[in-house]
Amino acid sequence: MLTLHCPCCGIQADETELAPGGQAHLTRHGPGSSDEDFHDYLFTRANPRGVHFERWRHAAGCGKWFHAARDTQTLEVFGTYAAQTLAPPQHIRDAITERRPDWTWHASGRATE
Amino acid sequence: MSTRLAPNTPGVGRLIDRSKQQNFTFNGKRLTGHAGDTLASALLANDQVLVGRSFKYHRPRGVVASGAEEPNALVGLGTGNRFEPNQRATTTELYDGLTARSQNHWPSLDFDIGAVNSAFANFLPAGFYYKTFMAPRPFWKHVYEPFIRRSAGLGKAPDPDARDPDSYEHFHAHVDVLVIGGGIAGLEAARRAGEAGARVLLVEQSAHWGGRAPVDGGEVEGHSTEAHVSQLLAALEAMENVTLRARCMGAGVYDHGYVLAYERLTDHAPALKGPRHRLWRIRAGQVITATGAIERPLSFSGNDVPGVMLASAVRDYVVNWAVSPGDRTVIVTNNDDAYRTALVLRRAGLAVPAIIDARVLPADSPLMAEVRAAGIRILQGHAVDHVMGGKRVRGVAICSHAGEGGAVIEEIPCEAVAMSGGWSPVVHLWSHCGGKLTWDETRAMFRPDPDRAPTGDKGQPFVVAAGAANGALTLGEVLEDAVAAAERATARPRTSDAPQAVAQEEAPLAPVWMMPQGASIHHRAKAWLDYQNDVKVSDVQLAAREGFTSVEHAKRYTTLGMATDQGKLSNINGLAILSGALGNGIPEVGTTTFRPPYTPISMGAIAGAAVGDTFQPIRRTPIHDWLEENGAEWEPVGQWRRPYTIKRPGETTEEAVQREVTNTRENLGLLDASTLGKLIVKGPDAGRFLDMMYTNMMSNLKPGRCRYGLMCNENGFLMDDGVVARIDEDTFLCHTTSGGADHIHQHMEDWLQCEWWDWQVYVANVTEQYGQIAVVGPNARKVLEAIGGIDVGKEALPFMGWVEGELGGIPVRIYRISFSGELSFEIAVKAGLARHLWDLLLTVGKQFGVMPYGTEALHIMRAEKGFIMIGDETDGTVIPQDLGLNWAISKKKEDFLGKRAQQRLDMARADRWKLVGLETVDGSVLPDGAYALGEGENANGQRNVIGRVTSSYHSPTLGHGIAMGLVLGGPDRMGEVISFAKGDGTTTIEAKITDPVFYDKAGEKQDV
Amino acid sequence: MSEGLAHVVSPLNGARFDGLISVREMAPQGMITLRGDLAAPAIKNAATGVGGHDMPGQRQASGDADRAILWMSPDELLLLLPYAEVPGAVASIGKLLEGSHALVADVSDARTGFELRGEGLREVLAKLAPADLSPGALPVGEVRRTRLGQVPAAFWLKSEASAQVICFRSVARYVFDQFRRAAQPGSTVGFF
Repeated sequence: MLTLHCPCCGIQADETELAPGGQAHLTRHGPGSSDEDFHDYLFTRANPRGVHFERWRHAAGCGKWFHAARDTQTLEVFGTYAAQTLAPPQHIRDAITERRPDWTWHASGRATE
Repeated sequence: MSTRLAPNTPGVGRLIDRSKQQNFTFNGKRLTGHAGDTLASALLANDQVLVGRSFKYHRPRGVVASGAEEPNALVGLGTGNRFEPNQRATTTELYDGLTARSQNHWPSLDFDIGAVNSAFANFLPAGFYYKTFMAPRPFWKHVYEPFIRRSAGLGKAPDPDARDPDSYEHFHAHVDVLVIGGGIAGLEAARRAGEAGARVLLVEQSAHWGGRAPVDGGEVEGHSTEAHVSQLLAALEAMENVTLRARCMGAGVYDHGYVLAYERLTDHAPALKGPRHRLWRIRAGQVITATGAIERPLSFSGNDVPGVMLASAVRDYVVNWAVSPGDRTVIVTNNDDAYRTALVLRRAGLAVPAIIDARVLPADSPLMAEVRAAGIRILQGHAVDHVMGGKRVRGVAICSHAGEGGAVIEEIPCEAVAMSGGWSPVVHLWSHCGGKLTWDETRAMFRPDPDRAPTGDKGQPFVVAAGAANGALTLGEVLEDAVAAAERATARPRTSDAPQAVAQEEAPLAPVWMMPQGASIHHRAKAWLDYQNDVKVSDVQLAAREGFTSVEHAKRYTTLGMATDQGKLSNINGLAILSGALGNGIPEVGTTTFRPPYTPISMGAIAGAAVGDTFQPIRRTPIHDWLEENGAEWEPVGQWRRPYTIKRPGETTEEAVQREVTNTRENLGLLDASTLGKLIVKGPDAGRFLDMMYTNMMSNLKPGRCRYGLMCNENGFLMDDGVVARIDEDTFLCHTTSGGADHIHQHMEDWLQCEWWDWQVYVANVTEQYGQIAVVGPNARKVLEAIGGIDVGKEALPFMGWVEGELGGIPVRIYRISFSGELSFEIAVKAGLARHLWDLLLTVGKQFGVMPYGTEALHIMRAEKGFIMIGDETDGTVIPQDLGLNWAISKKKEDFLGKRAQQRLDMARADRWKLVGLETVDGSVLPDGAYALGEGENANGQRNVIGRVTSSYHSPTLGHGIAMGLVLGGPDRMGEVISFAKGDGTTTIEAKITDPVFYDKAGEKQDV
Repeated sequence: MSEGLAHVVSPLNGARFDGLISVREMAPQGMITLRGDLAAPAIKNAATGVGGHDMPGQRQASGDADRAILWMSPDELLLLLPYAEVPGAVASIGKLLEGSHALVADVSDARTGFELRGEGLREVLAKLAPADLSPGALPVGEVRRTRLGQVPAAFWLKSEASAQVICFRSVARYVFDQFRRAAQPGSTVGFF
């Protein structure tokens, strides 16, 4: 039962107010894309034990989507940020590195440790 | 015998009020107790030493403990609708009129035939069930299971027709510091946290504050512990920022400081109004677990004979409830604490023939000296060889602890045995959310490892153990630890020293896991570890020999710790035995996982308000009440209720449906279509956005016009359909399926917020703003003209157009769309006026033969027309092309959701099942979902299938069964007859493949 | 509109329950959803013009018994006004916002309102909502969008003894029945 801070309305929201939306920062592949790219876009997801980026919606609250960076093992939340981003913003990356010095951002969303 | 001590006995009965007598029954026998008694103390006061039979061997069992850890004294409480099995007598507060029954015996508690199992104990060893359920296979169900079910088990499940008449509720609380446990440590920690300004909630599972301290004695700041507890309580009650809750158990600790606490409001006084239980759903910044410790039994032969109790429990019964467990109590121990029990018994005028101490100490400890001075005999280095007696203790046989038993030195007659194997901190709540333990060799206990506490949302530790729960056992240690815990939880240093405590110093304990230390198999097979699941020392040793070396495996193999008490008394002794058998250290063997709840909580509390009419939200349309009053047979559509049909008196459901279809086709039908989703999509990019959402083109729709559209997800599969109306240049109104509105609204918001956030589009869900009434049938126009106000003629309002205006003075928007193939107007009206319009249509429609119809008539009419239904023709694997809907897939658009997916190889496969109509050869109705049979069998020996029925009805219009289905190569097989399997698996039903449009293929009727 | 207005009904016809607190379904209330850039002067003017009060800050309600503006999300306001004034207000906002990107929708009938009265209202709400309802976390005048049992709802306190709740129309009965349970006599918690 997590709590996440909704960056859109400022509420520290109980998990029961939220709806999960899976991995964040996927790149959409549409018509014209290769079979491999499209397959990855549809089906391939990171499943790390550790740092992960997720989409959440404040479903029973302001209704807005936002992103969360958290550790799937310890459930530590490094921060939440706007959904209107293609990659985690610098302050989120800094917050993660402060707690997980070995972590670096890879566009695939997968951490290397 | 066990009895109530006389009123003038010094220092006993602190919790009972002798002036208030309470009557209760046990197995139908009328007994009396006092206000403040627990059921256990009242039973003991009435010499009811035998309280139940054991799980496997039906051995006589008595009360062992005085609190939540009690394994034996489980009873069925109450009768009828309020009957509850497996209630612990030790935590059940007595009230006038209480009814209790013992469990797991036949024909009676005193004489139980099942006790014969005990004679076969050698045949019921560890892993008995696994070994038994091997062969022959038919015996599983018909021989072994009925036998085991009858002879084993705890309480009976309540009558399946019983309905709980009580109410329950949840309560959400957010606090800075939650303190679990209202003993002296919890009280001290709560006071410190309160003084530091934190918002504090303190919960205590029992009805009393102070925990063991008032019974165990000692002095704090020159006062008795009892007086000190009162002072602490008064201080806490005076604090605005502190909430105190007795009868409220911390049940479970979860992620990010989420904690469940279980408050029992009326169990002790059923006449009270209000909810019976309350489940507190707490978010705490920090949790202090001041949950105390539980005394361990000693494993000696006959340690389960009624009258053998924990030494601390004996003390509790004497001091708290003025109950003597017997005139003579022998004490067996490996530590000093049990000596307090001797002193308490002696002060109450009871005999302690001997203290049998497994230790040999170089010199007397202060407690020992005090006991010796009181003239009590101490036998050091000795052990209980076995307990004498069957249904109650008659005495103990003593041997040397160093030996293997059998060489009895002396037999001491007694009525009770008080045993103490040391103390185990209650680490359950610490452990629930990942707190780790460390083995304390000196104290022989697992205690919380403060460096490996559960962590919260910022990675911070959020649980702090305090007092005995943290391994502190002496009064001074406990208080100091509580102050330290409050410091950590509030991140504020102490402003004053911990209270000064005076208590006797204790000599260290000597771990004793088996008594005597080399006990023979004969002794071990009667030395119980888990009383509730009947697991003995010999069972655990057998498991180890058979290779169950992991503590988690051994637990499941032997069922040690798997009963309702979850091994509160047995776990540490059990794993110590396992570690001995394996030759590994106790910390290497480790503990099993502690899982919530700490003790069982009621299903009612978990459900809270989600019962009866608030079990789940039922969504009601503005016409709901009319339908309810006029014979609606309800059908759930998502959370909505829609009428399947509106039955008239004397009609069968089928007759009603056929009548509704026929009347709508011939005269005039009314449908409450309010559940249709309605989304406003507005903005300069609205057209472009809808072109992405729908497979067909929406951006070129003209204002004033409607268009049917299909929505696919990115996998290419159909997810929704509906009619889109263009309201003006940058505003569209999208209709979704019933029950699909919220989902599609969120789907749109998802793409707008997370993918195309630079597009200028806003969406609003106005589903519930409007009631929607479909006016359908040849007389549809007539009734609207009779009401008047809007020109609904063919020119003013052509098919697939919409108009706005006032119908009979009611502002409406009318869409000329048809889901039935008839002339049809769907009227959107403000929800607050929908009933008014409905009534008006019924009144004015009378002359035109008006009749409301339900969803089944709607389904039949749409099937007659070959219209698909999301959820019938689609199941999440169907693409529009499968349904012959290629006409609704734009070829001009570069992109739309699902376009790329529909180009994948699998989607373009020639052998995909495709939509066709099906007409049975004999006119009967195909079973919904039936499979079409192909040739041969698949690899699993199942018949190959070549299609399935997706919708099937009896068509009153055509007079025979019609269906739609997905069939391999279907559209190319028109006229072919194929076989469908009936539900019985043998008979088949033949059907001809046809066009899915059965009725008015040219679509003339809807376009008049 | 005049003929129609007389027939407008709320879903529960003004149902009422008295227990720990009193719960009353309110008469039909005018509600307008306004979505747009809340920082844009045109939106502000339209909102304050119809709402009759200042622009609310994040999660705030500004207004009185007749009229109010509620902050619902970063791009959404809910305007409360007398029911009969809605059509006119929608039209005039439409005019004011001509040319700007915004959405205005009458949602008066899509929702229903409840008025809670009594000292125990925080407690009754806390039985149903996972939100922190202590005075420090939810001061008077702040709108909390959350869930009540299994449905979304919004509420705000007008004073310590008076609150307004808005939920969807279709679940009005469910919400009311939940309040009846939560406010049953004998169920005082005594937490706040």
